[in-house]
Amino acid sequence: MKLVIKNGLLLVVVIILAFSPLFLAREAEFAGADAQAEEAISTLNSNYEPWFAPFWEPPSGEVESFLFALQAVIGSGFVFYYLGYAKGKYNAEKSKKA
Amino acid sequence: MRPGKIKNICLLFVYITCLFMVFPNSVLAMHIMEGFLPFNWAAFWMVVMIPFVILGLRSIKKTVALHPSLKMLLGMAGAFAFVLSAMKIPSVTGSCSHPTGVGLGAILFGPTAMTVLGMIVLIFQAILLAHGGLTTLGANTFSMGIVGPFTSYGVYKGLQKLGAPRWLSVFAGAMLGNLLTYVTTSVQLGLAFPAADGGMTASILKFMSIFAVTQVPLAVSEGVLTVLIINILSVYSQKELQLLAAFTNGKITAVNQEAKA
Repeated sequence: MKLVIKNGLLLVVVIILAFSPLFLAREAEFAGADAQAEEAISTLNSNYEPWFAPFWEPPSGEVESFLFALQAVIGSGFVFYYLGYAKGKYNAEKSKKA
Repeated sequence: MRPGKIKNICLLFVYITCLFMVFPNSVLAMHIMEGFLPFNWAAFWMVVMIPFVILGLRSIKKTVALHPSLKMLLGMAGAFAFVLSAMKIPSVTGSCSHPTGVGLGAILFGPTAMTVLGMIVLIFQAILLAHGGLTTLGANTFSMGIVGPFTSYGVYKGLQKLGAPRWLSVFAGAMLGNLLTYVTTSVQLGLAFPAADGGMTASILKFMSIFAVTQVPLAVSEGVLTVLIINILSVYSQKELQLLAAFTNGKITAVNQEAKA
């Protein structure tokens, strides 16, 4: 149980860090930092034209968020599969020893 | 790893290399937007990236050949980077950015292994999400796959040598690795776009104020999440971690002895 409590507390810290900005900076737009960098480039060098465009861009915000969610799902799916596998193996070995 | 799998992985990289040769103008992909680095800089970072990718492939091959049981853990480290890069999290500056998740793998498997895994994440995001870009792949791999993991690894090792508790070394390693990734991005943009007055330094500072400050709370989050995973691994995957502890001490020859002992 100690592990659960320890990691639970760590998770709370992450949640606070991720969500507090929404309350601390209510007026903000929360645009991506990369979009801001684009703006900065155009003020530094207004003649600069991006010389290459992505082959394909997600047609809408919905599609883009779907793809990001998909990426997170694939990644977390494997991470938790591994953790479950490791825990199962650990328990199996423990009960074999007992 | 079975020979068939190694072949598949090699084929994947041959494919990617061919892609680069077919589209020579479009070489690289990640936090710097597509087309937003002048051609010469894009090419420069690409060239810098290549030796690290080769070293990384070798290191992964060696790890997996010596200890096939670590395959799954390696996959998990890659998956961790995959999830965290997908999370655009709000920050106190009122904009969003995302963690990179490469610190975990760098601490476990050494920095060059994460160059390869980081690059794969970047390619995925560049092609499917139009986030980052193929022309900027070299620059972005340099920041997220080289500077970040090397920092994480170095800080972790250094603190461990100084006798710091493991959670602290892991936390500091992952956090600073993330932070320096974005400092590197700022420097890369600053070098390519010097300001009219103040030159490179002024524009580096300007980009840093965009990326790096936003990144501080996210870097802390990444540090905490990495500690969380290491906590779980140190209970349930002790055996694998013991193999790796030998690994990260450097010489492969020493590994077998220690593993036997």
